[in-house]
Amino acid sequence: MIFSNILIYFVVIPLLMLGLLFLCRNMKQIRTVAVIGSTALLALSVYLIVDFLELRAAGNTDIMLYQASWMWFEPLNIHLAVGVDGISVAMILLSSIIVFAGTFASWKITPLPKDFFLWLILLSTGVFGFFISIDLFTMFMFYEVALIPMYLLIGLWGTGRKEYSAMKLTLMLMGGSAFLMLGILGIYYHSGPDGHLTMNILEISANNNISHGWQYFLFPITFVGFGVLGAMFPFHTWSPDGHASAPTAVSMLHAGVLMKLGGYGCFRVAIFLMPFAANELAWIFLILTGVSVVYGAFSACVQTDLKYINAYSSVSHCGLVLFAILMLNTTAMTGAVLQMLSHGLMTALFFALIGMIYGRTHTRDIRLMGGLMKIMPFLAVCYVIAGMASLGLPGLSGFVAEMTIFVGSFQNDDMFHRVFTIIACCSIVITAVYILRVVGKLLFGPVQDKHHLELTDATWWERLSAVTLIVCVAGIGCFPNWINEIIRESFMPIIEVLTK
Amino acid sequence: METISILILAIPLLMFLLLGLTGMKMSHRTAGVLGCLGMGTVLVLSYYTALSYFFSGCPQFVDEAGQRLQVVLWNSTWMQFTETLVIKLGFLLDPISALMLIVIPTISFMVHLYSMGYMRDHHGVYEHGFQRFYAFLSLFSFSMLGLVVATNIFQMYIFWELVGASSYLLIGFYYTKPSAVSASKKAFIVTRFADLGFLIGILVLSYFTGIFDFMSLTSAPVEGMDGVYHVSEQTALGIRSIFENSAVPVFMGASVLTWALVLIFMGGMGKSAMLPLHIWLPDAMEGPTPVSALIHAATMVVAGVYLVARLFPLYLMETAALDFIVVVGALTALYAAMVACTQVDIKRVLAFSTISQIAFMMVSLGVARPEVHHGVGYMAGMFHLFTHAMFKALLFLCAGALIHAIGSNDYTAMHGLRKYMPVTHVTFLIGCLAIAGIIPFAGFFSKDEILTACFGNSIVWYVWMSFVAGLTAFYMFRLYYLIFWWKEHKVADAHHTPHDQPWTMTLPLVILAVVSCVAGFVPFGTLVTWNGEPMFAYDGVFTNFQHLDWSVASISLLVAIVAIAIATAMYKKENPLPAEMRQAMPRLWNWAYHRFYWDELYMWVTHRVIFDKICRPIAWFDRHIIDGTMDGFARVTQWASVAIRPLQSGHVQMYVWYYLIGALLLGAVTWVCLL
Repeated sequence: MIFSNILIYFVVIPLLMLGLLFLCRNMKQIRTVAVIGSTALLALSVYLIVDFLELRAAGNTDIMLYQASWMWFEPLNIHLAVGVDGISVAMILLSSIIVFAGTFASWKITPLPKDFFLWLILLSTGVFGFFISIDLFTMFMFYEVALIPMYLLIGLWGTGRKEYSAMKLTLMLMGGSAFLMLGILGIYYHSGPDGHLTMNILEISANNNISHGWQYFLFPITFVGFGVLGAMFPFHTWSPDGHASAPTAVSMLHAGVLMKLGGYGCFRVAIFLMPFAANELAWIFLILTGVSVVYGAFSACVQTDLKYINAYSSVSHCGLVLFAILMLNTTAMTGAVLQMLSHGLMTALFFALIGMIYGRTHTRDIRLMGGLMKIMPFLAVCYVIAGMASLGLPGLSGFVAEMTIFVGSFQNDDMFHRVFTIIACCSIVITAVYILRVVGKLLFGPVQDKHHLELTDATWWERLSAVTLIVCVAGIGCFPNWINEIIRESFMPIIEVLTK
Repeated sequence: METISILILAIPLLMFLLLGLTGMKMSHRTAGVLGCLGMGTVLVLSYYTALSYFFSGCPQFVDEAGQRLQVVLWNSTWMQFTETLVIKLGFLLDPISALMLIVIPTISFMVHLYSMGYMRDHHGVYEHGFQRFYAFLSLFSFSMLGLVVATNIFQMYIFWELVGASSYLLIGFYYTKPSAVSASKKAFIVTRFADLGFLIGILVLSYFTGIFDFMSLTSAPVEGMDGVYHVSEQTALGIRSIFENSAVPVFMGASVLTWALVLIFMGGMGKSAMLPLHIWLPDAMEGPTPVSALIHAATMVVAGVYLVARLFPLYLMETAALDFIVVVGALTALYAAMVACTQVDIKRVLAFSTISQIAFMMVSLGVARPEVHHGVGYMAGMFHLFTHAMFKALLFLCAGALIHAIGSNDYTAMHGLRKYMPVTHVTFLIGCLAIAGIIPFAGFFSKDEILTACFGNSIVWYVWMSFVAGLTAFYMFRLYYLIFWWKEHKVADAHHTPHDQPWTMTLPLVILAVVSCVAGFVPFGTLVTWNGEPMFAYDGVFTNFQHLDWSVASISLLVAIVAIAIATAMYKKENPLPAEMRQAMPRLWNWAYHRFYWDELYMWVTHRVIFDKICRPIAWFDRHIIDGTMDGFARVTQWASVAIRPLQSGHVQMYVWYYLIGALLLGAVTWVCLL
């Protein structure tokens, strides 16, 4: 029975929410549905992680837990196959936290609140579906489900050059998807010996049937396909424009979760299924991502729009995710997932706060604002905390992730990896520069605009949204080891195929 | 002991959370009193811990031969990277951490108390953000205590970053003042840059050794006791041989271990404001004066010294790294002392004096060798750290009292204050005598030991450092005379005459002044040495006198007295001598006055080079080249579709033409191919 599997509820709940949202008639009902639904998702993911830990403690050593598979399209052997390991569990938790926070951040969305939430929930259906599936086809399907709503969400509810940005973002990500489609088909046709083709990741990996020649072709295209969503240099330019135009909750979900789909896909599909080519070709991408870490940070230093600053900062931080994945050792890869979590929470917090500030001052240009600490102390303090997390202050999540990555990356024996690690390390200084520049201009100093003096501080829903994220950022930052261990042991199968 | 040690860290942290989260709901007074009570408790607990470490004689603190041991009171895993690379949070008790357990809570408590009076105006109204101030002070105390009791280098790095952040928050306390904001930013970024070196050093060290833990790097376990270690050269030798036997023992002309140690020292250069990473400290004086006393004079800025002391057995393995430290320290000491002679802002003089004095400690560690007087340099560095913390905090708190009374940092506005503020005058004078090294004040003993250590290493450093010591006495008394003597000043503000301060401010001054008088008698040689073995036996209150090397001591005393005499001649009364001196060496004076243009150099590098030549071009490149290419694809597609659109015109005649031409072309091609 399909509903006896806990994972399927991560898709069922959003779908139910969609149905209920259709029936809603006023703002109150919409909010009720959104809040109940996102709370249910959050509760479910907390339950999932607790239950997952119990199963692991009870000695269940399967690669994926809660595995189930239902035939969907027999001629091509496509299943709806689900299963999670520690990494997916962590990503699901991240997603539900951000959906929860995002719901409160879009408390007063206008116009068309109903439609907005419909698309937003559809987007999160795709996200959850992606993280629970282990079948390449369903994975890809959910991936697309997550991407398409973005076009409408930005195009309709966005700001600035929204049509342009929406089009650019969608087209570039679709371009990535095209690569990905090609890669998935290639993998599928080499997935098993003599006609026993399969889409199931675990089976493909166990069959180990993709020849080295094909791996050389399939690894780069799948990596680039996912890398586009992970804002890999030079395919990152959708990110600044897209984020700048997107409404608050969409920026949060996009930077917080969607960009993580890219990183997740990179090791779950590209590296796990093509380990030989991964070992051989990692250095090319290592150069690209190593560059983007520093490049993004330098670019962020001269931006004047708050969202552009954070978009470039995301390029730098997500570059670090892919960089660490390509180091191909347990510690660095664990660091990559920690960085995904950390960046997700912290960027969602940033975008939420920027949205709240923008909602009051109607500008995102840091030259036109100043001294907000005096006017809206709550938002300003949250912004400082987010900034401190971003520049890697101990006690907040960024530090944990970055240090794991640096220590892990430096464990590689050759000079090439170490030199690039040191280059990536330099980003901690540049990050400090651009974060403190913004904090200094935006929050401190004298008030720039007399009209800003009349502005009010955060409302209760904004406070709830921000505090949720801050608690999670500080939680990971202060007690990192439990999540570290969940992720670490989940990388064992991948490391195993890499060292074979 | 374990519970107490947990409380020492937990109380300031809880106080930070309490004041930070609920401070706005409290009255100013409650917040201040809570902060003081919290810090007072920590003071008592850490005194108990430190004093029982030094004097209880428990077998886990000191072995039969009298060697002081290192005790890990608790150590729990915080983050596991690999089997051996584990970040733990723990509490290490050994001579230097016990010493810091005395220094930090003492100064911190004095500052907590002092700020109750300082952070209000003349009508007794508390300043805006008073609760926040105490929250940050608690955060700083927590971080600094966590730093000194670190059991592994990564724990130290964690708290190292945290003290940096609390320093940032406190320098920028007056956040509406642009100068304070930019000073805090500068402090954070400069130290961050230094920390990059520290981080890479840690990475290199941990890559080769596979450990973070201090005990495995520098000590050996004592048999039969759990968590007790003694400093061991054998372990350090083992670490060195790991590096020597690695695949690349030498990198760019220096051994990899030297590189690692120098990189780690770079972190110390940042925090301890050594040349050329000193530029943040003078600007950091934008913070409230009690903060300058606590963070930028007594505790945080000596973190670099503490770091070197902590890894000292490893540094002994690579004397090249120690030589590097000596050179950096000696240059910094001279540089900062010269600049201090010319500044007019009272806090800046003290800031440069701090830089110079920390450089003394660095030099002292750098010249220390076990074979020279049982490593007297190490002991002297730690001794000077202790005495300097006391008298420099005193001087800063006096400066705070003066600024509070006058409302200006500039001592041209002060002159002749001795009549109005007698208590401040006397305590300031004691501070000056201590730093100048006049017997029997605290600074005399520690500075004398440093000079002895330099003498044991090389006559060059001895002469160099003696000269700097003379300069120190000169600029401190210049400051003293210009504030309290010089010409009688008619106070412009008629509303109030300057007067001494409330008891909350006076009490710390008096206590610190008393400590500055007697701290020199503490027999450091029996308490804090590089390997824990006492250098000499304790022999009554005058132990330190008996172990003075009078040939060094009398010369340094003479130098100090001559320097003070010159200062007296030049600055006691208004006279033309200072102007004549300035004219005698205009260029040198000008350069020193402008701090040798380091700030301008940094401004040029950061703005003209990094911002204009790196960041802007990259941002431009991203927008126009990378994004331009992406937009280009879209434009090409659009152009192509526009270009072929006329083909689908709907005119049937045209379609017939296309058909005919196409058929003919195909036919022609087929014909040519078949031919």
